[in-house]
Amino acid sequence: MSFNVPDDRRYLDSHEWAIEVDGLVRIGISDFAQDELGDVVFVELPDVDDAVSIDESFGVVESIKAVSDIYAPVSGTVVEVNEDLIDAPELVNEDPYGDGWMIAVRPEDDSQLADLLSPAAYASQIE
Amino acid sequence: MTGRQTPLYETHEDAGATFTDFGGWDMPVEFEGIRTEHTAVRESIGKFDVSHMGEIVVSGSDAVALTQRLTTNDVTALEPGDAQYAAITRSDGVMLDDTVVYRLPEEREGDILFIPNAGHDEQMAERWRTTAAERDLAVSVDNRTQAYGMLAVQGPDAPDEIGRVSGVDLNRLSRFEVVDATIDTVHCLVAKTGYTGEPGAEIICPWEETVRVWETLEAEPIGLGARDTLRLEMGFLLSGQDFHPETEPRTPYEAGIGFTVKLDTEFVGRDALEGINTEGPAEELVGLTLIDRGIPRAGYEITAPDGESLGTVTSGTMSPTLGEPIALGYVPAAWSDPGTIVRVTVRGEPKKARIRTTPFLDE
Repeated sequence: MSFNVPDDRRYLDSHEWAIEVDGLVRIGISDFAQDELGDVVFVELPDVDDAVSIDESFGVVESIKAVSDIYAPVSGTVVEVNEDLIDAPELVNEDPYGDGWMIAVRPEDDSQLADLLSPAAYASQIE
Repeated sequence: MTGRQTPLYETHEDAGATFTDFGGWDMPVEFEGIRTEHTAVRESIGKFDVSHMGEIVVSGSDAVALTQRLTTNDVTALEPGDAQYAAITRSDGVMLDDTVVYRLPEEREGDILFIPNAGHDEQMAERWRTTAAERDLAVSVDNRTQAYGMLAVQGPDAPDEIGRVSGVDLNRLSRFEVVDATIDTVHCLVAKTGYTGEPGAEIICPWEETVRVWETLEAEPIGLGARDTLRLEMGFLLSGQDFHPETEPRTPYEAGIGFTVKLDTEFVGRDALEGINTEGPAEELVGLTLIDRGIPRAGYEITAPDGESLGTVTSGTMSPTLGEPIALGYVPAAWSDPGTIVRVTVRGEPKKARIRTTPFLDE
């Protein structure tokens, strides 16, 4: 099976993605990750103004069968949280790179994003 | 490490299933997705490979007497072609397993067939043999687990499909009745039993004909993932998880299946259970729904509102049918009344939950 790995963003080997939008870093989980999890039924996210730290868990995504931590690709302060996921966690399955986004962070350090896996490197990891 | 494989292993592999170890067997956990499969069974029909379940045949003039001695229900009450749910208890009343005991129809009507859970077959066959030898009973105990395949066909459309393939009219059978039938030239047993709360049957057929019977059935294949959510919505017990002789030692009364215990019969564990029945069990299995956001999972702690520990969740999920988080767990009897408000600790946070009766789904 082949999974969608858009080349406009970067990735963590724990299957999160990050993309810069207007100076903020928007974060979600990959197509591969949502497929591995199966039907997502619950997402627990931080609050606005909470701090997140690179490679540390900032939330949890649960499918019917599994509980999985979500790791921060960069350190920073949470500016936006995707409230739609509270009532519609299935958006993570339906549109993992779009409407299924999770949080947007004001990054502490602009260089962290560039150090993440390239789309090609991530794609080869999930092959 | 490779586990035991059912006769349908390659069929499931070809269908794109993902697999998991269950009781030492490599079993399909998911085909199209748990929610899709769950909904198929609730709304139309699904077929399950349950060939990992044990099949033990007890034959000989003392087959009924031996099984009476080792199960909590009244085997002597079974007519040929009937079956019953029962617990298998040790002398302190703790359940080793739960099972369905069949008295076989027609030409094998003296024989008993019972179905221990996956991975328990050899242990139970040995228990039957040991007790037969100790009590000098005339029986032969045959572990047929890898001689028979077992399929379940469940859902509102299952009776029609069972009728189409076997000619058996499930509407004319009583619950737990078992009959001989032929499916695409294969001789099978068809029993009006299941683990989903939906109408349907379980089919036992020769191991080497299982693929043929499976392929004759027009139904979506369902993996163990949806089998678990379906049974949990009904509050049905999962052996090894909702009770386990070492890690979750429970009597049938604690586990809410006191109806399977017939104290007017003689069986291993009877005397202990009589005492417990008189006093009432100290703890009871209850249904829980979360009021706060979160999903209760096996192993999560149940506490009182003041934080006092009450017990542990044994099974929990997001109910695909209800869209609500549901769970089973044990609490002290004083906390078991429906409507009682407790907490379930989810990742360190106490989440408000309500105790309720099962099934979670209206029957």
